[in-house]
Amino acid sequence: MNVNVAVMDDIRPETQLVFSEAGPAPKRIVVGYGFWIFLLSDIVMFAALFAAYAVLAHATAGGPSGAQLFNQFNVAIETGCLLASSYTCGLMSLAVGSQRRLRTYLAAAITFALGAAFLTLELREFAGMIATGATPQRSAFLSAFFTLVGCHGLHVTVGLIWLAVMMAQVAVKGFRATVERRLLCFSLFWHALDIIWVWLFTVVYLMGVIS
Amino acid sequence: MTDTHYDRAPGDATTLPDVEQGTSSGVLVYTIGLALAVVLTAMSFWVANTSLLWVGGISLGLTVLAIAQMGVHLVFFLHVTTGPDNTNNVMALAFGVLIVTLVVVGSLLIMADLNEGMMPAELMNLHLQH
Repeated sequence: MNVNVAVMDDIRPETQLVFSEAGPAPKRIVVGYGFWIFLLSDIVMFAALFAAYAVLAHATAGGPSGAQLFNQFNVAIETGCLLASSYTCGLMSLAVGSQRRLRTYLAAAITFALGAAFLTLELREFAGMIATGATPQRSAFLSAFFTLVGCHGLHVTVGLIWLAVMMAQVAVKGFRATVERRLLCFSLFWHALDIIWVWLFTVVYLMGVIS
Repeated sequence: MTDTHYDRAPGDATTLPDVEQGTSSGVLVYTIGLALAVVLTAMSFWVANTSLLWVGGISLGLTVLAIAQMGVHLVFFLHVTTGPDNTNNVMALAFGVLIVTLVVVGSLLIMADLNEGMMPAELMNLHLQH
């Protein structure tokens, strides 16, 4: 895999190794790039769910609409939790980069706690909606809502499990190259989830409340 | 081998050795990103709830704020840059954005057109759909 195509322009050719001599790119770059492609395909899947939701947002079949169901205060706290966890995840990757164990554990613990808080709030919201009869079976709008938001929540759950597994690997295996690559992929995954949530709270919750 | 220049892995910060040594500048980058994201999020919530703005423009305003915040996340958290070592990452991202735009805008246009052109007037109301 040749991932070093575009660096020639600004460096004088004589100081530069010919690419065929440079050999394949380091595994960290190849792994990171491959995971980047996976994340983009995951985002394309979310785009399909977003399109379905946007089309069905007004198809409430006489049931409750978004403006009646959504609690903006709850959403604001969820957004704050996920944003802060994205920040501490960044701090964790810095700690991993400088191989500091204690800081890594601390940042990972805060990231995990904030992610878990987000998930708890989301599940409570779902439970409250289902208790008032706003189940996924009620209308096309609610089916699309639970699919889209639930899929994001499922990703967050997987991310939390992944984070716990990574901390166990750091404890057992230490900062070896394989573990560092997995941590790079995890931080990419976690930041991408936050980008999806930005669209989610904008399209689903805020636009749902104004219309 | 110091002259070998590879691409940068997505999510990796700059490979300059002096920046890599001290994590304080890395913390600064993440903190700036967090501050900008908080400001943009707060603006989104304000725009959705205020009565000062023209109602028709609120959706557009929210979309612009979301795109801006996505940009902040990409630059400050995922360290996507316009540098030559990031070309492959940016190209993959651009392809992803193209597909996402096609799927979302295409679906919305087609479904709006179907609703407008193919339904009798009494069934126009989407609330009747199950």
